[in-house]
Amino acid sequence: MNQNYSTVTRTSSVLSTNKVLRNTYMLLAATLLFSGLTAALSMVMNMPPMTYLISVISAMVIAMFVLPRFANSAAGIGIVFLVTGLLGFGLGPILSTYAALPNGSNIITMSLAGTGVIFLGLSAYALVTQKDFSFLGGFLMVGFLLVLLAALANIFLQIPTMSLAISAVVIMIMSGFILYDTSRIVHGGETNYILATIGLYMTIFNIFVNLLQILGIMGNDD
Amino acid sequence: MDWMQIVSALALVAFIVVLFPGMIDRVKNSPKGTSSDWMNFVFIMLMIIGFIMLLIKMV
Repeated sequence: MNQNYSTVTRTSSVLSTNKVLRNTYMLLAATLLFSGLTAALSMVMNMPPMTYLISVISAMVIAMFVLPRFANSAAGIGIVFLVTGLLGFGLGPILSTYAALPNGSNIITMSLAGTGVIFLGLSAYALVTQKDFSFLGGFLMVGFLLVLLAALANIFLQIPTMSLAISAVVIMIMSGFILYDTSRIVHGGETNYILATIGLYMTIFNIFVNLLQILGIMGNDD
Repeated sequence: MDWMQIVSALALVAFIVVLFPGMIDRVKNSPKGTSSDWMNFVFIMLMIIGFIMLLIKMV
């Protein structure tokens, strides 16, 4: 009787995890598509460079202060689309700048493909191996804090090599967050697919923007 | 120094201040990994570095 109860509980837990995973990836795919559309719209509208800063700050404020209050309701889905749409819209001027470079379209395509390969590879690794990456939590947080402080210092110092190093470290940390977040969903640590989606979207967004910067600097000899 | 740099710096400071308590909490409550866990993670990171080097060569 006890064994039956344990089996039923475990089956129920696996089904619940699968549901969170499926919903997360479906919402993530939809938000990525939506932010691609808003980025294209921003490019067509020829938005000024300050759009990126305004969009990112607005999106972060909404994601940190508004989204958690609506994460358990249907309104949360609308807020996720608002946040990701804003971030996509902010990307427009950056993409326009890169597209204007001699090798620009190649840099953008490679960054997109690279981001896709990193995300899919790491997610598949965490899903297939079922390894628990919860031990990375503290390390990733300290690394993220240090990289934010370095980025803050570089706003004043303006050292190009430091900017390149910061981008490389951000990609490493975000890759770690993909393993950590996916592992949390798999092991039942994250049961809210709206919060899981926004976490994974942020990692993808950061990897793409920083890969774009690295490939833009290293791939442009002019 | 233009206004965009000042706004970026202020936004980063605000972001750090807001995230800091959560960061401390996660650092304190994070489970410890074994040396094999860390070796595995380092190997994955080396793969990512190799992949980015490949992208740089291809672009």
